[in-house]
Order: sequence, then structure tokens, then C-alpha cells
Amino acid sequence: MPKLYTGAEIVFKCLEDQKVEHIFGYPGGAVLPIYDELKNHSSIKHILVRHEQGAGHAAEGYARSSGKPGVVLVTSGPGATNVVTALTDAYMDSVPLVCISGQVPTHLIGTDAFQECDTTGITRPCTKHNWLVKDINDLSDVMHEAFKVATTGRPGPVLIDIPKDIQFAKAKYTKPKKEKKLNGKSNNKFSQKQIDQLIDLLKNAKKPVIYSGGGVINSGPKASDALREFVELTGFPITSTLQGLGAYPGDDNQFLGMLGMHGTYEANNAMHDCDLLINIGARFDDRITGKIDEFSPNSKKVHIDIDPSSINKIIKVDLAIVGDVAKVIAMANKKIMKKKNGHGKSNKSNIAKWWEQIQKWRGKDSLNFINSDDSIKPQHAVQRLYELTKDKDTYVTTEVGQHQMWAAQHYKFNKPNRWMTSGGLGTMGYGLPAAVGVQIAHPQKLVIDIAGEASVLMTMQEMSTAVQYNLPIKIFILNNQYMGMVRQWQELLHEKNYSESYSEALPDFLKMAEAYGCKGIKAQNPSELDEKIKEMIDYNGPVIFDCHVDPNENCFPMIPSGKPHNQMILGPNDQEENKIKGKGKALV
Amino acid sequence: MPKSKSAYSVPTKKEKSDTYIFVVWVDNEAGVLARVVGLFSGRGYNIESLAVAEVDAVKNISRITIVTTGTPQVIDQIKRQLTKLVPVHKVAEFKREDKDVIFKEMALLKIVGKKNKIEKCLNACKKFDLVILDETKTSKVVQITALRREIDKISKKLKPWGLISASRTGAVAMTRGAKIFN
Repeated sequence: MPKLYTGAEIVFKCLEDQKVEHIFGYPGGAVLPIYDELKNHSSIKHILVRHEQGAGHAAEGYARSSGKPGVVLVTSGPGATNVVTALTDAYMDSVPLVCISGQVPTHLIGTDAFQECDTTGITRPCTKHNWLVKDINDLSDVMHEAFKVATTGRPGPVLIDIPKDIQFAKAKYTKPKKEKKLNGKSNNKFSQKQIDQLIDLLKNAKKPVIYSGGGVINSGPKASDALREFVELTGFPITSTLQGLGAYPGDDNQFLGMLGMHGTYEANNAMHDCDLLINIGARFDDRITGKIDEFSPNSKKVHIDIDPSSINKIIKVDLAIVGDVAKVIAMANKKIMKKKNGHGKSNKSNIAKWWEQIQKWRGKDSLNFINSDDSIKPQHAVQRLYELTKDKDTYVTTEVGQHQMWAAQHYKFNKPNRWMTSGGLGTMGYGLPAAVGVQIAHPQKLVIDIAGEASVLMTMQEMSTAVQYNLPIKIFILNNQYMGMVRQWQELLHEKNYSESYSEALPDFLKMAEAYGCKGIKAQNPSELDEKIKEMIDYNGPVIFDCHVDPNENCFPMIPSGKPHNQMILGPNDQEENKIKGKGKALV
Repeated sequence: MPKSKSAYSVPTKKEKSDTYIFVVWVDNEAGVLARVVGLFSGRGYNIESLAVAEVDAVKNISRITIVTTGTPQVIDQIKRQLTKLVPVHKVAEFKREDKDVIFKEMALLKIVGKKNKIEKCLNACKKFDLVILDETKTSKVVQITALRREIDKISKKLKPWGLISASRTGAVAMTRGAKIFN
């Protein structure tokens, strides 16, 4: 007779076998048996958050900075509904999460019991898959499969809903099966022929550009290495999506900066004018493509992605390679090396003219801004933060809005997994809890949340978590007293009717820091900025940094809605020079 | 071009939509139909008809047949999205005009009225594998199998002759000849 375990024990045995070290959660009635079991498993540390959304985002930060799945534990009803935003966020940005939720006992399901909700129904559209475990004998298999689904193919969140009686019931425990074939869902079946086709396209390109995305980060550090080699071998220019930053060094000369709505002039023009576009692990998101009909009109397009449903979803491509980008690129590199005399270096002369053109675009210096001695410009604040932290292996998270774009534009990332931001869903309040998760995964590293004052207030309660676990996260708030991105759109599109975008009655962030038991720092003028940033970095503990910046600054360059890549609005310097103020406005 | 006041692009030209039939093999488990149907509604795809039943009790496999309309790009997306669902084993899709595939839909029709009118109805239904399931002096319940369009037509025709209730299945599909879907 094999030993029988309770459902709660089985949950932990699975977590142990899946090598889980941290779970982010919040207890409640329907998960109490699992919480009761926690004490018997010393290898698993539970991080108590202050709101379930925080648990989800913390697990996202943990997963994105470490490459391991993040695990969340919440109770039924409100516990589960509170985590929905984080699950949706993880689904949009392909972050592997395993969420375990308690549920009312099976005999009460469907009776509108206390803290009951249809958790699997609610989370069905925002998870890769979910399970309601109604039979204790299914529990271990479901748990193992959940980890497999979350981490294989294009990663994403999964949820396991476990009724309270199942947590008490007893059954055998089964170990994870090795190399279980998952219903053909992990796609890595590209062919040599496709690689040959890719090489042919590379050889003939006169105006190529590589557009890499979060898929490179998700594919692991090897993918970033392969990408760097690929860029070196081909000599091609490379641009990156918001999520792909760090896969290729941000300060390298072949890097054109980020592309898309707030991308650089050179990156967007290169995308528009190129004759070969190589998409590596990105998904032609609408913030990237602008107007579809006029997106990169004269190029052959290659799309390398692990998710077959990303192919031809938005942009029809000429060559689709469905596979793990690390493997595809490594194979392409091998092939290029082999054929080096036929192509390799010689191709670089083919594209010399193209590089000249790119240098011209670069001359626009599209990320410029007019600095000031009187007030701190937000771009300047990010640049100073970068300069003062670039020698440390710094991890950066952000909230959502202008500050996020300025961080993406002015903070240069040189390694993958150092940049955690909510791109697809655009979740304000993501950055602070994500920083908590990052710091848990990397206790010795410097973790900074570049935040806006509006976003950060949405999940501010997680400062308590940071203080409880001595997590020295730095919350660097670019405080402009507005929902800046909303204000910017209202200025440009709604005749400066700043409807409800001004933050009245902001809290005193210094007093707030004090109340939470962490350090507060305030910077109000440019002369004191460096010294204050250093003070923040040197402080061994969580810090809320209230950086008062110019409230009227806008984020440029920008592609107005419904416009192609080559019709950007540039920053104030350029607008002054070319007197296109009126015309620029008409473009929007 | 109209001035866009949104952070999103305005919709661009649309390709022509066609009717397609999807056949989906799924694990017969709780919630699987909701996953498939939810995918359609969530991504804005249209469902014209739906038929689902278990076809393999040993392997626990259900077969779902969905009639939908979309541009070729949308149809391709539907297939790829369906294939991604964990309980989905395989997906096949056909154009409605495909000559190699048989599509059939069944209908139960209740006809109430005078004898001569009912006779008229029965005559009209003859070519659709008519089966009389129930009869009284004043009524008949009949079963017909035909294409969706044919049933649409005949229902319209029968209405003035006493058709008072129609119950229809969604279309089901099967390839002709010895080959099977793959």
C-alpha cells in the first residue's frame, strides 16, 4: 500500500519536485489547509503580499528576472479575482506563472457559497490553460502539467483551482513524468530548408534590419548570445521592441534604439525603408506597426517565433520559421560561418550605403530634449540614474506611462532579464510589486522601479512587503503631478482638455516612506539630483525617491495614431528648427 | 482620412469573407466547449452553427463542428488559435464549397393543419430523406437531413402550410472517399 498524502501535502510535494523556492501569496478561508502545510516545507519560502494583484506582479518580476516560473497562492473569490489583472498581464507579455487558488468545497460549488466565484470561468481567457481539480487523484498530474504548460512553448500563466475538501482528501503522489509529450503544443519543428532560405535573404539584402522582441529574452540567455553573434556576423542594424530591450547591448553602435510609437527616428525609418525585415521573437504589436497598410511597404519579411498563432496574425510574412529563437539563430549562425566566403563579411559592403542613410537619421538625435537648470527634466533624471547605476548589475522595473517610455529610451540595458515592464496590457501599478519579486530572486542586486506618481499609488501597499522582508528596492518616482501620458494625449488630441488627469491631493511621499518604515528622499532641482540619487543607491533598505520633474514635458519622438513609421513627430528642438509645429499638430 | 482621436489606428480595408467549416477534435472534459466557444467570442470570430458530441468513448474524444465566416487571414488565425488550446488534438477546416466534403444538417419539423396542407408539406420534404416520427389527425413531426441553405428554404416554404416549430442541429461534416481528415 503506497503512502497517502493530503491534497495540501501533494501541492507542496509538487512544488518541491518542480524546484520552487518562493511563492507569493495571501491566505484566506479556502486555502487554509495549504497554508497549514507550509510549515513542513522549509525549502519553500512564502512571501506575504498586501494585495493579490501584488502577488501576481511580484511573481512576474521574479519570473522575468530569473527565467523560472513564478508561483502565486491565493484564496477563493476575491483572492482569485484580485489576481486576474496580473494573470492577464502575464498572458499578454508571455510570463510563466503558476497560480494556485483555493475554491469552496466541491459540494458547495454552484451554490453561491461564501467567497465563491467561477474562478476557472473568469480566468479562462487570461491563462494558457486552467484546471478545476475535482478529484484528489488528479491533483499531482495536474500540478506537474501546469508547470509544463506554463514554461514550454510560448510561456504564459496557468491556474489551478483546488476546492477546500480536495486539499484535505488523501491520495497517492506521483512524480513528474520525464519528457512527457505535450499534445504537440511545444513547437520547435523548423527545417534546414527554412534556414537556407533565411541565409539567401540575408545574402541579397541591401537594406536589412533586425527587429527583436521579448521572445529572445524568454528563450533564455543563450538566445541573447546567439542574437549578438548573428548581428556581428551579418553586420545588420538591429532595433528592439519594449520587451526585447537588453537582449542586445543598448550602447552598441549597431543598435538603433527602440522602435514603435515612441521609438527612435532611425529605428522607425529603417523599419519603413528596409528591403529585408527579420522579426526575431516579436509579434507585430500595434504599438510597433503603426498603420498596417503602410508598414514596411517594400521589404521581404521574416518572422521567427515559437508561437504559430503569431505568424500572419497582423502582418503577412514571406518566410515564417516556427521555433525556439535560440535554436533557430544558433543554426543560422552556424550556416553563416560555414559560408563565410560566400557571404559573411562581404555582405557588409553591400549594406554600407544603408548604414550611411542610418547615420543621417541618427543625426536627428530624436531622443533630444531641452534641458533646464531650474527644473528637473524627466529624461535628464533617467539619464543621471543610468549613469550612476550602469556599473552595477542593475535591474529596472517600471510602471506604465511617460516615465516608462523615458526609461526605455534613456536607460541602456546590456543584459537580458534586467528590464521588467508591462507592455502588452500596460498595467499601471506593475512596477513596485514586480520590483519586490525581482529583489526576492536577486537579493544582492540593485533593483529600481522607475515609476510615475499616479501608477505607483495603485499598488503602494506593497511597500509593506518590501519592509517586512528587508527588500532594498528603490522606488524612483518621476513626479509630474499628472497622469503624464494621458495628459500628453489630451494635449495633442483633445485640445488640451485635461479631463481628470491632474492628480489633486497627492500624498507627501516622504511622510509616506516614513509611515511604511522605509527611507524617503526628495529631489526638486537639477543641482541636487546626482547627490540624492547616490544617497538612494547607498542606502541599504527600501527607498521612496520623490523626484519632482517638469510637469509639462512630453514624450517624443512619437508616431501619431494611424500613421506609418516615417511620419513621426519629433521633439521640441526639431519642431523649433523646422517650424512644423502647426503641421505636426495636424498630423495627429 | 478621418482624423483619429484615439491611441489606436483606424481600421483599414477588409478582404472578402467566406464561409468555412471547422472540425475540432477535443478531450471530452468539463469546460472544453467553453474554451472553444470563448475563443471565438473573445477574439470576435463569428459562429454560424455548432455541433458537438463524443465520438470516441474509449479515448474520450469529442468532435466539434463549427460553421464560421471570415477572411482567409482570420480563418488561418482561428485554426492556429484553436490548435494552441491544450485539450485540442487536431483541427481541420474546409470551405463550404469544397466538393470533397459532405456537410449535413438535420431538422425536426412540426406541422399542424388540415390534411391537404400537411400532404403538401410532406411532398416538399420528400427529397430530404424524410422520416415521419409522429402523427396525429391534425399534426405531424418529421425529420429531414439536408444542407443548411436547403433547410432555410424549405422552412420558409412550409410556414404558410402549417410549420409551427423547427428544431435544427448544426452542420456536421465528413470527407468523401476513403481518406480521413488529418
